[in-house]
Amino acid sequence: MPAQQEEVFEKVRTCLVDALGVDDDEVTPEATMVGDLGAESIDFLDIVFRLEKTFNIKIPRGELFPEDILSNAQYVQDGKVTPEGIEQLKKRMPFADLTKFESDPRVTSFGNMLTVQDLVNYVQSKLP
Amino acid sequence: MRWFWIDRFTEFQSGRSATAIKTVALSEDHLHDHFPGAAIMPNSLVLEGMAQTAGLLVCEHGGFAKQVILAKVSKAMFHCDAWPGDTLTYKAQIHDIKEDGAMATVTSHIGDRLQAELEVFFAHLEQLSSSGEKVELFVPYDLFSWLRLLKLYEVGRDAEGKPLAIHPRMAESDPFLANQPANAT
Repeated sequence: MPAQQEEVFEKVRTCLVDALGVDDDEVTPEATMVGDLGAESIDFLDIVFRLEKTFNIKIPRGELFPEDILSNAQYVQDGKVTPEGIEQLKKRMPFADLTKFESDPRVTSFGNMLTVQDLVNYVQSKLP
Repeated sequence: MRWFWIDRFTEFQSGRSATAIKTVALSEDHLHDHFPGAAIMPNSLVLEGMAQTAGLLVCEHGGFAKQVILAKVSKAMFHCDAWPGDTLTYKAQIHDIKEDGAMATVTSHIGDRLQAELEVFFAHLEQLSSSGEKVELFVPYDLFSWLRLLKLYEVGRDAEGKPLAIHPRMAESDPFLANQPANAT
């Protein structure tokens, strides 16, 4: 892991430990936010506050977690995100690896897709 | 029992900070059922008072138009117990307010002694509702009555340091004020 990415990861880890009450060693790059770290919806608001303060960045609503796409009937059919919706998610979330989600695009699976590494990638994309 | 866990504000700066006090009295029923024989104020109710101090600060920032709920207690530390005769001083500070919520910290002191520390998150209920229906947590006039009991409009200051004006939503809830000319409120 490059030096800057390592530094970002360590700060993201601290944010997640504080927000979620998990142990340091649970926060690995591959850990999923919901499945592995037990994040609930309100925790994401907590995490956004902490990331903004730690990195002195602004995180517009819906940028990190594009819930508007997931609740838009245009992009969701029978509880699954359509190929058009997947494309929208890819545009909005270039920092995330959506490969796994594409194979099982249920809306209910989306929350379990985001990993710690995705958060690190996102923060890095916001830094000068 | 009324769910009022602060007695009054002693300082209130809109969008920034607030101080409220709670005096613990032996006549309060809840003291006697918590630990029989040891009439201490339950920490859960201290926490509620601290959250009410910060929550009203967040509510006021939105003109009491948004439904604010306590969504998460991310940190709570209690250093000593509160006993009858103690006056708890809750100091709340807002650290961030966004469209969908707010983060605040609150301390509780007995005299100069730090009694408790709290970090809390509030969510705006409308933002969480998928049905889009607006749910009123308080009857506006009841809320207005409570705010006056807490002396919010006596000690409150707006962002510019001027005395806090009665919020339009609160004034509209009062049959007397609602019938006054606009410049009379």
